[in-house]
Amino acid sequence: MTLLSATAAAPTTRSFSTVRLFLLVAAAAVVLAAPLAIYPLFLVKILCFILFASALNIVLGFAGLLSFGHAAFFGGAAYITAHAAKVWGLPFELAVLAGVGFATVLGLVFGALAIRRHGIYFAMVTLALAQMVYFLAVQLPFTGGEDGIQSVPHGTLLGIVDLGKSTSMYYVVLGFTAFGLFVIWRAIRSPFGHILAAIRENEQRARSLGLNVERYKLIAFTLSAALSGLAGSLKAIAFQLASLADVTWHMSGEVILMTLLGGMGTLIGPAVGATFVVSMEHYLSTSGLPITFIIGTVFVICVMLFRRGIYGEIRARLLATRQPSDLGD
Amino acid sequence: MREQQHLLEVSNLNGWYGESHVLHGMTFNVGAGEIVTLLGRNGAGKTTTLRAIMGVVRKRRGAITYKGSDIISLPQHKVPWLGIGYVPEERGIFATLNVLENLMLPPVTQSGGMGIDDIYQLFPNLRGRDQTPGTRLSGGEQQMLAIARILRTGADFILLDEPTEGLAPVIVEEIAASLQVLKQRGLTIVLVEQNLRFAASIADRHYVVEQGVVVDEIANEVLPASMDRLNSYLGV
Repeated sequence: MTLLSATAAAPTTRSFSTVRLFLLVAAAAVVLAAPLAIYPLFLVKILCFILFASALNIVLGFAGLLSFGHAAFFGGAAYITAHAAKVWGLPFELAVLAGVGFATVLGLVFGALAIRRHGIYFAMVTLALAQMVYFLAVQLPFTGGEDGIQSVPHGTLLGIVDLGKSTSMYYVVLGFTAFGLFVIWRAIRSPFGHILAAIRENEQRARSLGLNVERYKLIAFTLSAALSGLAGSLKAIAFQLASLADVTWHMSGEVILMTLLGGMGTLIGPAVGATFVVSMEHYLSTSGLPITFIIGTVFVICVMLFRRGIYGEIRARLLATRQPSDLGD
Repeated sequence: MREQQHLLEVSNLNGWYGESHVLHGMTFNVGAGEIVTLLGRNGAGKTTTLRAIMGVVRKRRGAITYKGSDIISLPQHKVPWLGIGYVPEERGIFATLNVLENLMLPPVTQSGGMGIDDIYQLFPNLRGRDQTPGTRLSGGEQQMLAIARILRTGADFILLDEPTEGLAPVIVEEIAASLQVLKQRGLTIVLVEQNLRFAASIADRHYVVEQGVVVDEIANEVLPASMDRLNSYLGV
C-alpha cells in the first residue's frame, strides 16, 4: 500500500489493472508528501518498524517459523551502528553496513542453532539466544548499560545530504525501507519464495522432492535477520540512540504483534500493523490511557474477529470476489 | 528381465513407525525399465515400504541399495538426487501454489527430464491450467500433476503410491496409458496398487505383501492362472 508503490510499479507491467496503478500512484504521492503534514521523525519511526515487521514476516509469515528473538538483530545492529558512528567515527553508510553485517552474522549463527527445532521449541531457542544478547548488552561496557549509546551523530548521506534535517532523514529511511520491501517482494515471488511456501505447508513433502529444507529456512532466517538489522541501524541513527529497550524480549513480542495485527504472510500486512501500533502508541502516549492494555485489547479483538489481521482480512475479502489468477501477493 | 542387474535391491528391510514395527524383512528387487507392483491388503506395509525407500520412515534396518550403493544412510533430501521420484498416495500438491508453481517446484535432479511441452502432451488436462491453485484441480488432475512434477525433475525411477485411488474409470485409463508411455521411455516404476485390473494392465511383475513381508512373487504373464492364489492373499 505504501512503500511498495515506488518500486513495484516500475519493473513489471504485466496485469496491473488501471485501478491498481492508480492506487499505487496515489500511495506513492501520499508517502512522498507525508512529511509536509506529519512530524517527519514520527514517520521515520513508523518506517523503521515497517521494515522490521516485514523482515520478521519473512520467517513468520512465509517460512512459518515463529521467532521470538528478533530484537537481538534489531537492537544488536542498533548498538553496533551507534558505536561505529559515534566512537569509530564511521560515516553513515559504513555504520549502517556494520550494523547490518553484525545482524546477518548473528542471524546465521542463531538460525544454524535453532532451525532444526520446530514450533514452540524453535521459539524458545530463539528467545534464549536473544536473551543472551540482552545479557551482553547489559554487561558490556561499550553499550552504556542503562543509558545506552546516546547522541549518535546523524552524519551525511554520501557526504552530500545532511541527515540532521529530519525531512532528509525521512527520505533516506524511506529509500532504505522501500529497498528492503522490494527485496522481500522479489524473494517471495521467486522460486525461493515458492519453496518457502511449500516448506510452510508440508516440510516432509518438500524434503521428499529433494529440497534441503534446513538450508532454505536458514537462508530465510538470515535474510530476515539482516533486514531487521537494517531497521535497527536506521533507527539508531535517526533517533541518535541505541538502548536496552531495543534488545528486550518485549521488542521481539511487539514486532510479532505488529505482524499478526496487520496480517502475516502478506506483503503489506506487516506495514499496516506496524503503522497501526506505532501510531496508537504515539497518539495514546499523551492521553494518559494505559497503552499496553489498549493494544492488548485490540489484539484480542483482532484474534477473535479477524484472524488474518487487518490487511489479511481485507485482502481475503477482495480476493473472494475476484478470479483465482489474481492471487498476486 | 530377471537376469539383468537390479536397479533397486531391498533385502530384509525392517521398518518402524515410532514403536510400532511395520516392516518385518521385506525382500524384493526391481530391474531397470520394469514396472513392478506391490500388492496386498490395507496395512500390509506397502506404503511404508515406499516411505522407507525415500527415507521418510527413518527407523529402518536391513539394506536398500540403488544402483549398487546403499541409500539408507543418505539424508532424506538427498535420495531424490539419485533420480528417484516419489508420488505419494495423498498426491502432495501444495495448496498455496498454482499448477505451474507446483510443477516447477522440485529441483531438476538429473538431465533428461521432461520439458513443460512434453508434459502437457502427456497430460493434456493440465494444459492451460497454469494459474489454477493446485488443489482446485480434480483428483485425477492432481494425480497427473503429481506425476508430471516428478517427470520434470529427470527422475527415472518412480515410486507411485495408489495412483488410481478414488478416480473415475476414464481417468484410470488415461493414467494407465501415460504410464505405458513412461515405460516405453525406459523409466522404472514401483507401483503400490489395490486395483488389480489396473496393475495387471501395465506391470511386469507383482510382489504380494502380507504383514510387512513379501510372501509371493507372480510374473504378469501367469497372473490369470494365479488368480486363485492371489485371491487367497487379497480376499477378505
